[in-house]
Amino acid sequence: MMKVNYTAAMMTGNEAVAQGVKLARVKFISAYPITPQTTIVEKLADMVSNSEIDARYIEVESEHSAMAAVFASELAGIRSYTATSSHGLLYMHEMLHWVSGMRLPLVMSVVNRAIGPPWNIWSDQSDSMSQRDTGWLQVYCESNQEALDTILMGYRIAEDEKVMLPLMSMEDAFILSHTSEKVELPGQDDVDSFLPELKLGFKVDASNPLGYGSYSTPDGPFMELKRDMMESMWNSKPIIRKVTSEFAETFGRDYGGLTEDFMTEDADYIIVASGTVASTTRYVASKLRKEGKKVGVVRVRYFRPFPEEEIRKAVSGASKIGIIDRSVSFGGAGALSLEIRSALFRANGPDAVSFIAGIGGRDVREIDIKNMFRMLEEGNSGNIFINSGGVS
Amino acid sequence: MVLIPLADKSSRMNLTGTWRTQRPIIEYEKCIRCSICWKFCPDNAIVLESGQSVAAPNSRLLPLDIPRIDYDYCKGCGICAYECPEKCIEMELEEKD
Repeated sequence: MMKVNYTAAMMTGNEAVAQGVKLARVKFISAYPITPQTTIVEKLADMVSNSEIDARYIEVESEHSAMAAVFASELAGIRSYTATSSHGLLYMHEMLHWVSGMRLPLVMSVVNRAIGPPWNIWSDQSDSMSQRDTGWLQVYCESNQEALDTILMGYRIAEDEKVMLPLMSMEDAFILSHTSEKVELPGQDDVDSFLPELKLGFKVDASNPLGYGSYSTPDGPFMELKRDMMESMWNSKPIIRKVTSEFAETFGRDYGGLTEDFMTEDADYIIVASGTVASTTRYVASKLRKEGKKVGVVRVRYFRPFPEEEIRKAVSGASKIGIIDRSVSFGGAGALSLEIRSALFRANGPDAVSFIAGIGGRDVREIDIKNMFRMLEEGNSGNIFINSGGVS
Repeated sequence: MVLIPLADKSSRMNLTGTWRTQRPIIEYEKCIRCSICWKFCPDNAIVLESGQSVAAPNSRLLPLDIPRIDYDYCKGCGICAYECPEKCIEMELEEKD
């Protein structure tokens, strides 16, 4: 490992993200405030106003317009950034397709917050999970450090010539966004060598007018373009692994790739989780190991592209697995559960129980995770709401 | 390395007339060259042409510009046929293989 310079400081997840955007030398920012994302763009607005970063900041009247603004700036070949949460993300939905369909390597932060009604500002992944089909790469972070590091890795991955798709990086509301912990800020020079300047091959040029995403008949190339997006998603997997390991070599922090395994090798019961819930699950699993229970954890970092092979491999020896979703697809199960079940079905994998937990910011406690492992041992099946009225 | 949805000359390459299911046909023998069809066409798919020798209801109309339908872009909406004061535009069903 190369020796890198860094400074360490206590900061919230949102400040860590803003520092990441600064280090990534983003040149254009447009956003609309929404709790709990607001402090990211507040911090960035301060940085622009104090000339700490060389970027233009545009205030807009809605999230739809914020995404339209960064769509245009990316198309002009300028590295851009925006952030949102919850209803703001839903309001962007149409423009998310435009950015991915135009193959623009934008990076956006989403601070996961519940969707109303009733109004609720707390942690819940329903907002980003309902954007899974928009053609964006999705990363779920579990620490403030990872939230910063994902911005740096995110631009590298999104801007790779084999990927050219936008990426959204998630933080759990308040648990990361507004809670301070120690974060290492890498030096600008090291970041500059890791993340070179954006060079877009097809940027808008007034002397060579072109139609950008203008029109396509059923005869083509519409279907071919969508198929190419699918192929780029699959192609992004080796790029993600490569960039993650290059990041580890440069900065000394290894996030393992698309997923992170914890004591899965000989585990009978494995829980798959994402975000900060995965940290609590690891903590509980370590305790249960000391009691002699063979349990393990898989943390899903990337939900898009979906890490099918990784999850299959990690849980292949388990007798039963549980999947924690902090979101629910009504009439189905949790989104993560549905996809993992489908991946395991094709591989004759173990039975997978869907645990719906922490909806609307309800705390996912040590006792809740212990109960989930207990239910796996006792042979429960199906879709189970955890720590919710009427269900044990 | 990836496909980007860019196009030059996009409206010239994409002939939107392929959307049409009914084709307007002008009967020049009845056409009084009023150019109302040209004014109402919502897609600029009717052009006025001069110096054409086509039939007319009378010889005084012969030197005037005639409306011609650009089937590359006419979507067959039928507004021209509806507005024509002489009812000299017929909509014919088109069949494609």
